[in-house]
Amino acid sequence: MKAIWGKVYQLFGEVGASQTALSKIDYNKEQEILVIRCSHKRLDSTIAAIAAITEVEDEVSVALRVVAISGTLKALRNKLSKQQCRGEQF
Amino acid sequence: MKNPVDLHLHLPLVKKEETEDMLHQASELGYKSVGIPLPKRSRQDLTDHLRKACVDHGLDLITRVDLSPKSPKDLIRDLRQLRRKFELVSVNCHSKAVARQAAKDHRVDLLVFPSINPRQRFFDLAEARLASQGLAALEIEMAPLLRHSGSHRVRLISCLRKEVSIAKRLKVPIVLSSNAHGIYEMRGPHEQTSLATLFDLESNLAREAVTSVPMSIVKRNREKLSPSYIARGIRVVRRGKNCDT
Repeated sequence: MKAIWGKVYQLFGEVGASQTALSKIDYNKEQEILVIRCSHKRLDSTIAAIAAITEVEDEVSVALRVVAISGTLKALRNKLSKQQCRGEQF
Repeated sequence: MKNPVDLHLHLPLVKKEETEDMLHQASELGYKSVGIPLPKRSRQDLTDHLRKACVDHGLDLITRVDLSPKSPKDLIRDLRQLRRKFELVSVNCHSKAVARQAAKDHRVDLLVFPSINPRQRFFDLAEARLASQGLAALEIEMAPLLRHSGSHRVRLISCLRKEVSIAKRLKVPIVLSSNAHGIYEMRGPHEQTSLATLFDLESNLAREAVTSVPMSIVKRNREKLSPSYIARGIRVVRRGKNCDT
């Protein structure tokens, strides 16, 4: 989450970061899935920031991927469980 | 997103495991076709081996060659030798003369401006006018956006914003590709279209830049390279003794 905030701040500055209205909802450590909330008007900017992350904690190379997007948490959880049933790997 | 394409996936051809990892990742990210740059003098068995590896991962291989000519004369010579051997030809434009020649030449598919220095990027109005009259598209690579940071990235984004605005104005097709050298530089089609918003490319144009625009270039070239193609608008429909039936 720190990496996402850092990248949003780096790319869009303080004003842009405030407009994204990012907040963490849930993190599943086993499946390595992070659920976050953001403003729907700044969805593209948030995804761009997530895609621009190349490392965390200044050492570990990573590439984050957006698995699913939804307007409600209920629909999102349904989508994720359907993907899991289909055996799609994250 | 229907049939997304990554036209520039830089596979480490000598390292089999990394190649497999990258192809697997491309398939996981949702790509249907990948463009892989091959050496100018690549052998047919390498292409066949790569094609088989792509098919194993559910991908369509697009053979590509990246030219970096020092002069327009070198470019013309390379095009004469290589055009019919690869499905996609891209030119890294390191000088204005090469950029102009590449934009004019109908054998060039993609124009690439790799430098982040604005003085060494030659996609201006004149270049765009030539490209719009030819068949060349402007290729924008995502990997430099990810690799650079700070003032380098700022400079790159402003160059890209200017070039995208010129390309939109003069209706030059835009293609987005990854130019990933490893799995950590690969991004899904949705992420690429979102990154494109950083330099003011609208979502619908960014989506087309990852789907329909690259596929139309590849389709056009595959038709031209097919044995039934004779010239523009002319192709062999049927061969044989009794062509009336």
